[in-house]
Amino acid sequence: MDITVNILLTIATAATPLLIAAIGELVVERSGVLNLGVEGMMIMGAVGGFGATYLTGSPWIGLLAAIAMGAVFSLLFAVMTLSLATNQVATGLSLTLLGLGLSGMMGTSFVGQPGERLPNLYIPGLTEIPVVGRLLFGQDPIFYISIALTAAVMWFLFKTRTGLTLRSIGDSHTSAHALGIKVIRYRYLAVIFGGACAGLAGGHLSLVYTPQWVENMSAGRGWIALALVVFASWRPWRVLAGAYIFGAVWIGQLHAQAFGIPVPSQFLSSLPYLATVVVLVLISRNKRLTMMNTPASLGQPFVPDR
Amino acid sequence: MMRLELVKRPQRSMLFSALSPFIAFALTIIAGAVMFALLGVNPLTAFNIYFIEPISQVWQLHELAIKAAPLILIAVGLSVCYKANIWNIGAEGQFILGGIVGSMVPVLFPQFEGPLVLPLMLLLGMVGGAAYAAIPALLKTRFGTNEILTSLMLVYVAQLFLDWLVRGPWRDPQGHGFPQTIQFNDSAVLPELMPDAGRANWGFVFALVAAVLVWILMGRMLKGFEVRVLGSSPRAGRFAGFGLNRMVFFAFLLSGALAGLAGISEVSGAIGQLQPVISPGYGFTAIIVAFLGRLNPLGIVAAGLVLALTYLGGEAVQSALGISDKVARVFQGMLLFFVLGCDTLIHYRIRVIGLALTKPEGVAKLEAAPKLKEAR
Repeated sequence: MDITVNILLTIATAATPLLIAAIGELVVERSGVLNLGVEGMMIMGAVGGFGATYLTGSPWIGLLAAIAMGAVFSLLFAVMTLSLATNQVATGLSLTLLGLGLSGMMGTSFVGQPGERLPNLYIPGLTEIPVVGRLLFGQDPIFYISIALTAAVMWFLFKTRTGLTLRSIGDSHTSAHALGIKVIRYRYLAVIFGGACAGLAGGHLSLVYTPQWVENMSAGRGWIALALVVFASWRPWRVLAGAYIFGAVWIGQLHAQAFGIPVPSQFLSSLPYLATVVVLVLISRNKRLTMMNTPASLGQPFVPDR
Repeated sequence: MMRLELVKRPQRSMLFSALSPFIAFALTIIAGAVMFALLGVNPLTAFNIYFIEPISQVWQLHELAIKAAPLILIAVGLSVCYKANIWNIGAEGQFILGGIVGSMVPVLFPQFEGPLVLPLMLLLGMVGGAAYAAIPALLKTRFGTNEILTSLMLVYVAQLFLDWLVRGPWRDPQGHGFPQTIQFNDSAVLPELMPDAGRANWGFVFALVAAVLVWILMGRMLKGFEVRVLGSSPRAGRFAGFGLNRMVFFAFLLSGALAGLAGISEVSGAIGQLQPVISPGYGFTAIIVAFLGRLNPLGIVAAGLVLALTYLGGEAVQSALGISDKVARVFQGMLLFFVLGCDTLIHYRIRVIGLALTKPEGVAKLEAAPKLKEAR
């Protein structure tokens, strides 16, 4: 029983950064913007979170720094694609390349330094309940944020007027603009929200998952988060499900390596990436589902004609 | 609040089309100076070490050519993809597969020597890269799967596969446990161009030839026209009878083959054996090269040399000033940012609207209905 609980806990820990980054990107894409810089914003969040913790000694300040780092870094993308109408694919790519380089440079002195882990929740009495206690009341704080964030985004997108406006912009920015909606302003906010989420996801990596700084420690998770949004056909609860499936794949291959299964570890390590490809193929075969849910103006630059 | 407003130019500006890479480079230098100052290094000293010293001697120019060759080869292929609006960002993986498949000859048949070895290796390298690029192309054409994500995921898979090969079945038994294959025999090593002057090998020649051939293809042949039409207007392309699916395959196979050729040239020329890591991110840096070169093969040759210099400069500041060689990545990222930003100037004029100039609400609203005015 204990081992099952432990495995479930590690799956949740692996799924949380994917979930947060993907939920943020979902909001961005719902507004019609494709930000391929998730990996870059995530790694910046990771280095910012670790750096602030290292300097102040408080992982909570690190957490805030991670969020701020992601948000500020995404602003760069926002100015380029929204104010200067650059190609979103190319700009997103350059955000990732810049993020990987900048984080590597900023983190040079952090390599090998001990980190501080965000403490797990502990409520006397409740956390000690067998089995469910630790699952419900004994996880890291970012786990709870991730669940709350998913619920909040679901409510925001589908139950509020602002959420409806955001979705309408994603489906047709010209119509939204004609109705007097401030397309660019909405998109700025969406992109910055996505950046903050990616930063938080990165913070989870360097403050909870492996509390230390390792270069390129995001290891493609930002890209998997992007794939999750497609997999989920832009629906928050499906992102939640997808993130946990991928979390399970990620943990499963680690456990398999630890158990000494006679398959080369490199093959097991490549499973999450291969799974992403397979999942993308399966989802895109269903043309109707993708067509119906893809924000219609996704990735197209918009220049208001005064 | 201050904000920027873009005003569409009636035609694309030839002036900014030519100037934009230079403006971008100048802005990168300025941003780089700020960065070095923040790191506590005199920017002039740093720039001297970064941009001047690494190319002040002949043998160093050879090193520049070694770094530029794979960048140019890959970027020339990518430019065709991006012109056609097809997003192959997995060139790093195709580079690795080219290196692996091409190395089959010297690793599995070390006794096989003679003038046939090299051509066979290069050919296999191209086949390997193209075959690996065919996967995202097939998935895109058959199932409509997004090629950006699939081609990128396959990079990680390729890196892990190479890692397994050199630590497992292909490891040199006499290599004292180091994760690497045997040293290639002499006939499997790409010859140097001028052995007395420096290390530059035939890979650089391949890069120049590829650039010229693709330039002819894009500018002088029907296929190039097809690429451009399908890239800018798939609908118009369909009316002209150009097949989008065939184009996806063409672009992926061409760019994959060139990335594969770059991979085997690097392994056989610069390294001489397979190792767990055979590329310092050439496949990704080549994306920057392609854009900096304006997706024009001849521009890409120049851009490849510039980006190769950022690698050399990164190594130089690391050894001279103790700054992380990641500074190269930062320069490369900034350069791409500025290039993309400056490209906006080709199509738009930028007006800065300050606080004082904001129009009264009513006037702004009236003007916000341009469709009406045009209709009249």
